[in-house]
Amino acid sequence: MSANFVKNALGRLVPTEVNGVPQVPYMGVGKHKPTGRKYAPQIVSCSDFPDDGNKTVATLKDALIKSGLRDGNVISTHHHFRNGDLVAIQIFDIAKELGIKDLVWVPSASFECQAVLTKYLEDGTIHHIEGSMNGSLGRFTSQGKMKGTGILRSHGGRYQAIQDGEVVIDIAVIAAPTADAFGNATGDRGPAACGLLGFALADSQYANKVIVVTDNIVPFPCYPWQIQGNYVDHVVVVDKVGIPEKIVSGTTEVTKSPDRLLLAEWTAQFCDEAGIIKDGFSFQAGAGGTALSIGIYFAEILRERGMKSRWARGGSNKYLVKMLEEGLLDYILDGQTFDLDGVRSMRENEGHVNTSPFTSYNYHGKGNFASMVDVVILGATEVDVNFNANVVTHSDGVLLHGIGGWQNCIASKCTILPIPLFRDRMPVVRDEVTTICGPGELIDVIVTERGIAINPLRKDLIEKMKNSKLPIKTIEQLKQEAEAICGIPDKPKFTNKPVAVVKWVDGTIIDTVWEIDNT
Amino acid sequence: MTTVASSGNKGKGVRSDCFVSIEITQNGGIEIILESKVKLMFGKSILQITNEILAFFEIKNAKVTIEDTGALLFVIAARLEATIKQLIKTDKEFLLPFLSQNNYQTAKDQNRFSRLYLPGNSPSLMLNAGVHKPNGIILDLEDAVAPDKKFEASFLVRNALRNLDFYGAERMVRINQVPKGLDDLDFIVPHNVNLILVPKCESADQIHQVNNKIEKINKKYNLTGNIWLMPIVESALGVIKSFEIATAAPNVVAMAIGLEDYTADLGTRRTAEGIESLFARSQVVNACRAAGIQPIDSVFSDVMDMEGLKNNVLNSKALGFDGMGCIHPRQIVVIHENYAPAPAEIEKAKKIVIAFDEATAKGLGVVSLGTKMIDPPVVKRAQNTIDLALKTGKINQNWKEEQHVS
Repeated sequence: MSANFVKNALGRLVPTEVNGVPQVPYMGVGKHKPTGRKYAPQIVSCSDFPDDGNKTVATLKDALIKSGLRDGNVISTHHHFRNGDLVAIQIFDIAKELGIKDLVWVPSASFECQAVLTKYLEDGTIHHIEGSMNGSLGRFTSQGKMKGTGILRSHGGRYQAIQDGEVVIDIAVIAAPTADAFGNATGDRGPAACGLLGFALADSQYANKVIVVTDNIVPFPCYPWQIQGNYVDHVVVVDKVGIPEKIVSGTTEVTKSPDRLLLAEWTAQFCDEAGIIKDGFSFQAGAGGTALSIGIYFAEILRERGMKSRWARGGSNKYLVKMLEEGLLDYILDGQTFDLDGVRSMRENEGHVNTSPFTSYNYHGKGNFASMVDVVILGATEVDVNFNANVVTHSDGVLLHGIGGWQNCIASKCTILPIPLFRDRMPVVRDEVTTICGPGELIDVIVTERGIAINPLRKDLIEKMKNSKLPIKTIEQLKQEAEAICGIPDKPKFTNKPVAVVKWVDGTIIDTVWEIDNT
Repeated sequence: MTTVASSGNKGKGVRSDCFVSIEITQNGGIEIILESKVKLMFGKSILQITNEILAFFEIKNAKVTIEDTGALLFVIAARLEATIKQLIKTDKEFLLPFLSQNNYQTAKDQNRFSRLYLPGNSPSLMLNAGVHKPNGIILDLEDAVAPDKKFEASFLVRNALRNLDFYGAERMVRINQVPKGLDDLDFIVPHNVNLILVPKCESADQIHQVNNKIEKINKKYNLTGNIWLMPIVESALGVIKSFEIATAAPNVVAMAIGLEDYTADLGTRRTAEGIESLFARSQVVNACRAAGIQPIDSVFSDVMDMEGLKNNVLNSKALGFDGMGCIHPRQIVVIHENYAPAPAEIEKAKKIVIAFDEATAKGLGVVSLGTKMIDPPVVKRAQNTIDLALKTGKINQNWKEEQHVS
């Protein structure tokens, strides 16, 4: 590795160059402000496209060849089918068949169903991944087996990177549950309806070539559309585009665990006592059983008091839909659809609004929905005594998760992380997190089953909770309690080779993921 | 003796536990094979305790295999000791330092609305039990432990009594039926157990046997703390003998009824309405009240049915029970809420107690509320309601002043 390293504003060692591209170290929240003009897509002329609007080609392979697929291309896919995606793997099967090498894969998120792609990382078909490396792909990356260095970005960071020209997508392949021959596409209907295609929006606007793949072609116009056909080069019809049942992954079911329900209950009580739950408030509950359960407690409180929430952001699911349909909520601002009730509601309910990383998360937008949310509930793998949090690696140093919208969401007015104090024997509240994904200054409250810690920066919350019966403690106390129960864990050993970098929402590098040292 | 033994749980879904197998060898020293999901962070710690325990029991040559799923130290120690004691004969016990916050006593008449049953051989269910704030936590050595796991469970329960934080809950153990259960006492009496549940109790004699053994152990270790007993009657004979059992000894503070076994003994089965057990439940309540101890109801088995649980609690309370068992932490809140006096009950009690105070101040012999005369038992019940409301935090100590202000 020829790159140099510098310490960023959080004191983390980060490379100055990644995959040959110069990088900016993290400077602090809202400190990095690039100037000039945004990256612009290539000029095209409508005269190059069929006047009758029929852009269908026979196969995905034809479409990729027509799109000029060649060595070193940047290929993007999207995760609206979550663990039911059927398209990403086909792309690389075709690339392999064509003998193409060194592709850069830019998924909006990866899932375990894509674990087989490690074989293409091994044989050089894929050079590296920019987006997220989950599960097996993460483990593969941590072992230093990926040819290039991975780049982890938030959903908002992906939009920013595209607008900054940091990621120039050669070919975007958008899996669409319904489309017309012109390329207008939507996710809210069709046999494989999965909800929102918002993660593909930036790609459709900026990629050099855009391919829509569908198993449900309808006569023009496919209306309402989520992706505009005017951005689309080719349309491919296949037998099956995705498995809609699998968009409900494990983390989108409400929890039955008594420990997690306790966290949910305390979090809701905290919000109530801190005066956050009031008529017209807004909230976001992330994926994950605990976060989802908190929504149910919010609903109970609102119902009891005859109040309602004005809007809820984030992944829509049956619980939010129930609130909407019961009149406890005016709007769902949907960023991704977590279950089939969400998909149905998107079709049927006027108050169910399609949003995108552009409206909610983009650093180069003139404001963001995410920062306007009154309270957001998220998870973390680790938190440290400075409230810095980790969502990508585990305490053993292995990369296992993507950032998702997590970094973008912590911009909210109040960010609460309900997390267990320890998992099995692993303390979750620690001296120092393995990887910083979010700076402590943006994380307001940690709720554990053994106590709740409020960030000392939030004097207002501390004051409001002064007389609470909830077990309010300091983060230091929580850390000590965890260590008293588990013991002090040894730290993982790393080599000096970075295997991935974690980007902050503004494109700077907030931390480095290092290769695991197995010696 | 055999040269190979094992203990602990492993396999799909097992967490926070470890499976240990040891083979005593003739030479070659100690060989430890460790597989652990936290090996990187705690591998050294696990090897250290393993070596320490092997040395403590003077084992010099052995092949040890540990399959760890993130067990805490006291669990690992229990699994090692249970394995070793199948292989060698020794009176030594390997004990980690007693957790100071577990060093408390409980009162004879303390609140026993809820007691949470935990299987005595399942560490993962124990870890967070206390944070759900049941009145009591029961480490169960009886029906929740498979017969071939009873031996290892007694070490785990002993270590849990010492090293698992109970967060103030009354520390309870359900032993096996007497006489087998008498052997369990060696594992729990020296480790500050607050209350022992004596299952399938059918005579005062069984209580006496338990107390005799407790006394012996107390003498041996020079222990002075109180150990309360809660016999459970679970048979037709037990129910008939309930008064004898309730009055068997002064440390019997409560008596519970176990309806699964009782209905089986009757040759019937449990129904939601519970008509088949009405006699037994009433009999137990009556015996307990006559003996001046707490009558405690059976568990409600459908952990997802909170509405059913609530109705069950309200019925139970109406029959005169003071509390019941629970088998899932989510049941605790519902049990507490519904055994505790309801707001309307408290308001009425407040008025009666204040009326009584006023009548006493005026030197009147007769208490009246509005145009109604209040009988002395009603005053007594109101005072009990107020006491319970105070105990459960439903009202403040200075409620009378607040009442006058409002």
